[in-house]
Amino acid sequence: MSLTEKIRDALKWAAVELDEDVLDRLHWARTTEAERGGGTVRSEASLAVLDAILENLAIAKEKRLPMCQDTGLFLVFVDVGRESTMALSAIEKAIHEGCRMAVEEAYYRRSVVEEPVFERKNTGNNLPPAIYWDLVDGSDVTIRILLKGFGSENTSSVRMLNPTGGSEAVIKAVGEIVTLAGGKPCPPIFIGLGIGGTMDRAAYLSKRALFRDARVGHEDPRYRALEEEVLAHVQSLEVGSGGMGGVITALSVAIEAEPTHIAGMPLAVSINCWADRKVCVVHKEDDDA
Amino acid sequence: MREFTLPLEEKEIASLKAYDRIVLNGSLYVGRDQVHRFLFEMIEKGEDLPVDLTGATIFYMGPSPAPEGMVIGACGPTTSARMDPFSPALLEKGLKVMIGKGPRSAEVIDAIVRTKALYLQAFGGCGALYANTVKSVKPVAFDHLGPEAMIELQVEGFAVIVAIDSQGGSVFTR
Repeated sequence: MSLTEKIRDALKWAAVELDEDVLDRLHWARTTEAERGGGTVRSEASLAVLDAILENLAIAKEKRLPMCQDTGLFLVFVDVGRESTMALSAIEKAIHEGCRMAVEEAYYRRSVVEEPVFERKNTGNNLPPAIYWDLVDGSDVTIRILLKGFGSENTSSVRMLNPTGGSEAVIKAVGEIVTLAGGKPCPPIFIGLGIGGTMDRAAYLSKRALFRDARVGHEDPRYRALEEEVLAHVQSLEVGSGGMGGVITALSVAIEAEPTHIAGMPLAVSINCWADRKVCVVHKEDDDA
Repeated sequence: MREFTLPLEEKEIASLKAYDRIVLNGSLYVGRDQVHRFLFEMIEKGEDLPVDLTGATIFYMGPSPAPEGMVIGACGPTTSARMDPFSPALLEKGLKVMIGKGPRSAEVIDAIVRTKALYLQAFGGCGALYANTVKSVKPVAFDHLGPEAMIELQVEGFAVIVAIDSQGGSVFTR
């Protein structure tokens, strides 16, 4: 199978079904809300939302319909192995073509406009995808694509924190951003945090963080602990599933961090809806182009 | 769960309270950002609207394309807050029920109470679930907007939660 076909098939699947880690977290949310919600009117509303989500997923799978009408903007991360001999232009073409075919064949909504301020003319095919290119060790080309819905993206945010703020500043800022988001991003949400770099690097890292398996914490125990603290703080806000109250607001918090300047601590918070649709396609050196 | 036929009557609206879970049948309009902007501008200019909003229900949504054999694609709610600048003017024109997701501005809540209207929350992201409730689709206005055009749906078994009631009771206040 060609790289184009692999991307097409992955994207056709992603509009309709969720990864196992995402499903696991949704079932965890349902169980936890039922056990700890205390039967309040708020918690009952949260449970109704979680039940609707699970029913929705079953219908989407059966009818092969997108689970959500907002099939998102294609946000693509390409990790090119330094030893890879595949032409970058061929990778780019496969991504564009795979996206174009999936949009057509899986009934994606046309949600992309040519320019943001004036005419906002629809491109009619959800192209172009937004692509980040990175170099990595090895010979594989790894293509990760997020179907980024904009109900949640509109609540994402960047804060340039004080360099001496530490974990407390991070926890406080995320809490403020999630509170402001309320029910807008279709909670329960996934939270990707990018910390360090510059303003734009933090934003980039916060999106990459969303690709981590939602059941797995950061490899550095300090950051893993911070992820857990942020998650606990977000749950304490009781935004709830659907924003009507309840004990579960977020399904996971994942951090990506990198070196930064002595004078700053950029923090980007990417919020994703429960419909955390992401794919990963790996092209090996011997695979068909 | 209580079931209602659209359009809702005044006493039905008055009887509904925040957190009530209800099911809707009947006819509703669909419109989102650009439809709101256009309707608002027409109201400002004193022009006739393409539809009579008296007693009407509007659902904030832009569907994905309908696969063969279905009347509509995925069709869940979009974020209501983006309609906030325009909603009070529509409510003054007789709009009674708004369906979307997420909180509303203080101005919209005031207008809901003043006009004895209702804001309902549909289940966010549940596009396939709502596609199952749509029996027919009719174009209404602004066809050039594509997935953002104003359309009319006949629905059956459309489940929502009362989010802001006609007395200002809200699921979003803590």
